[in-house]
Amino acid sequence: MIDNLYMPYLMRIERITYEAPGVKTFMLKFVNDADQEKFSYKAGQFGEYSVYGVGESTFCIASPPTRKGYIECTFRQTGKVTNALSGCEEGSIIGFRGPYGNVFPIDEWKGKSLLFIAGGIALPPMRCVIWNALDLRENFKDITIIYGARTVKDLVYKEELKDWELRKDVRLVTTVDPGGESPDWKGEVGFVPTIVEKIAPSSKDTIAIVCGPPVMIKYTFPVLAKLGFTDEMIYTTLENRMKCGFGKCGRCNVGKVYVCKDGPVFTAAQLKELPDEY
Amino acid sequence: MNIDKRLVRKDSLEKLFDILKQNSKKIYAPSEKNGKITFRDAENFKGISTGYIQTTQSSKDITFPRAEKILDYSKSKEGMSVKGIDLKEIPEIILWGVRPCDANGIGELSSIFNWDYKDEIYNNRLSKVTVFGFSCNKSDEYCFCTSVGGNPGNTLGSDILFTRMGDDGDYLAEILTEKGNVIVSIAPQLFEKSENSEKEKYLAEVPVRFNHEEIKNKLDKFFESKEWIEQSLRCLGCGACAYVCPTCACFDIQDEAHGKKGSRVRCWDSCGFSHFTIHTSGHNPRDAQSQRWRQRIMHKFSYMPERLSVYGCTGCGRCSRACPVDMNILENLISIQEVTI
Amino acid sequence: MVDLIKRAKELIESSSVKVVIGYEQGTGNKTRALFVENSEDADKLIFDSRCIQNLAAYITKKEIKEKGKMAVAATLPVMRSIIQLASEFQVTDANILVLGITPESKLIEFGNLAEVEKFVHQYEIEIDVRNKEMLDKLEKMTQPERWQFWIDELAPCFKCYACRAACPMCYCSRCTVDFNQPQWIPVPSTELGNLEWHIMRAIHLTGRCIDCDACYNACPLSIPINLLTKRMLLDAKEHFGGYQPALKGEHLMSTYKPDDKENFIQ
Repeated sequence: MIDNLYMPYLMRIERITYEAPGVKTFMLKFVNDADQEKFSYKAGQFGEYSVYGVGESTFCIASPPTRKGYIECTFRQTGKVTNALSGCEEGSIIGFRGPYGNVFPIDEWKGKSLLFIAGGIALPPMRCVIWNALDLRENFKDITIIYGARTVKDLVYKEELKDWELRKDVRLVTTVDPGGESPDWKGEVGFVPTIVEKIAPSSKDTIAIVCGPPVMIKYTFPVLAKLGFTDEMIYTTLENRMKCGFGKCGRCNVGKVYVCKDGPVFTAAQLKELPDEY
Repeated sequence: MNIDKRLVRKDSLEKLFDILKQNSKKIYAPSEKNGKITFRDAENFKGISTGYIQTTQSSKDITFPRAEKILDYSKSKEGMSVKGIDLKEIPEIILWGVRPCDANGIGELSSIFNWDYKDEIYNNRLSKVTVFGFSCNKSDEYCFCTSVGGNPGNTLGSDILFTRMGDDGDYLAEILTEKGNVIVSIAPQLFEKSENSEKEKYLAEVPVRFNHEEIKNKLDKFFESKEWIEQSLRCLGCGACAYVCPTCACFDIQDEAHGKKGSRVRCWDSCGFSHFTIHTSGHNPRDAQSQRWRQRIMHKFSYMPERLSVYGCTGCGRCSRACPVDMNILENLISIQEVTI
Repeated sequence: MVDLIKRAKELIESSSVKVVIGYEQGTGNKTRALFVENSEDADKLIFDSRCIQNLAAYITKKEIKEKGKMAVAATLPVMRSIIQLASEFQVTDANILVLGITPESKLIEFGNLAEVEKFVHQYEIEIDVRNKEMLDKLEKMTQPERWQFWIDELAPCFKCYACRAACPMCYCSRCTVDFNQPQWIPVPSTELGNLEWHIMRAIHLTGRCIDCDACYNACPLSIPINLLTKRMLLDAKEHFGGYQPALKGEHLMSTYKPDDKENFIQ
């Protein structure tokens, strides 16, 4: 049988975690052991998740490659496919094809400090890198996570946030947009770029990984520049619409760069070379 | 390499068709409906259109169908079963009457489907197609193959290229590939030894209208040009240009459910549609028609040459002929060449 | 059209409008839309029997609307479309000036849309003889024959949506086919899906279509889809009274009346 590029792996939903209103995390295991054996990926890559009869949707693999035997994805219920996914129960079979795209060069970051900045539903692509780094904690110096959401309710991975908060080897700063705080909220209040400026993390020997809505990225980059980060020290991911995931369907390109193949991971330096088409 | 050139008498073409049919070959040839000529399953030789400059639609439907099943699934109590399409069921097809620009387009389309990831569904379809190219002895103001490296007698992409020698003359057949040899071996008596193998004088004259390398270089610095807005004002954002194009490959993937079973289908899509790139959030990186028109030209004349080392245009002129509002790609390329940055 | 060129220049020079939409010579033997924004460009304006594109399709186009007040060189079908668009609150006197071109090719400038309406109402919408014959032929077919006719005619449709793009009445920013929750019409071009799309379109246009044939003229495959809208136009005429686009008119198919003889809506 010749490989059919469009043929997904069959995946069983092992566990569903409710993260925030409309946001769920699926833990997926390969139905066929042989698929599991040949499957490998790296932090930053994404896949096409499908509900048979409904369609495919693109999101990142949110679990780190250091955890074997399963993958996780986190999605917000917004479109046709994510609505159908949301209706799936534990034990349901869905499709997954991937991994696609490039990776965060974690190996190159050895010996450096890491600063993660995430907004809203953009924590999942970063969570993969965060856990990857935490699982190899001795390879890195300081690890700082700044994470903001619109309201307290919208913060995802609440259990993990507690875990990171308790860890001595991680500095976690959470923030919600003004007006989004609950009475017992102990974190920061303010937009992510403002909080980054306030916290003022050191840029010395540090890699910044920024994921979030375009407007957050736009306002965070100048703040990082002020703190001494060069464009080569800042990484982000782009999320253009795509169908195939392997450079053929014609949707995701930003100028001559294909987000599905050349991305989704880009440095701020690379981003500056791209036309405004994302 | 010396090309095997044969003489096919004008009456022999029908015989060839009949013999191939007798050998159970499926032949797709241009035929007319509502005044438009398109490749269809040809039952008999009489139904094949002749004398056309160009078919309305390209032949890409054969290797890259407008809607193509890529897998079947069925749900049952036992679980989920998913089956990819059986590539063995893809029929062998003779594509009859392809213009050299279209035949050339097959290569350009292939480069998209084989860029890094190899699309075996496409490749399998292509491997089962034998292309009978027919050189052009006339052209119109929409043709510009010579501006993008082609010519009216281009052999690229054809397995056999037929050139009619004179208005009512016999055909010169150039046997170009192993697939072409197979055809000759089916009806060797129809492929006679050729005395006259000069085809140039019978070919249409298509003047070179622009320099494609100059355009490519210019486009590198042209992204922000106002020219895109001016050119695209009358564009209505339909997909006619993309769907008649031999090299446009944009597609969508859709599921078609029928109760507990169904299939996943790959179907044509177009960068001209306003919702082509829209995010679920509502954000659209190509929100204006000018941005979508820019994408169409940039993809063909800048991104493809840069990333795939081929141009995404064969100069067939179909998009310009089909456009309901006279968006003429040749005119627009010439004005890009002329405008100063 | 010397008058038109002269008037276009005046309108642009006096900043009465930002853009004049008319026709120019296109490539080959085609004519095409021209957007005159400076007076020199007005010299390119032409008008002859080839100028059949319905320019009203541009009135609701974002890129054109953004320019500001427009003047449109409008033939009778274009004027009808403008009135229908006005009745659907898509255009008002504040953003359009109609430079009418009468069936006798005379330029006639209207002070407001009410005048355009009055002019338009002098002419009944008539279906031409050739299409009338075709409709009669279809009418005489048995139901299975007619079904087969449409299956065959619509099979080549590859869903480029040129029909939709060229139609002034198809101005929805998100068409039913672009919605996927639920997915009423399948995205791929399929035998049944094509039929669904064209039937849905014809029904959506019933009582709104002014029979300009823009859809048919735009179709790259020359599929006679206008027969569907023409049929609906005749049916609407027969069952719901005559049809003329009107500024304050009741919308033929979408206005609820308490005395409606059907009771499904009550």
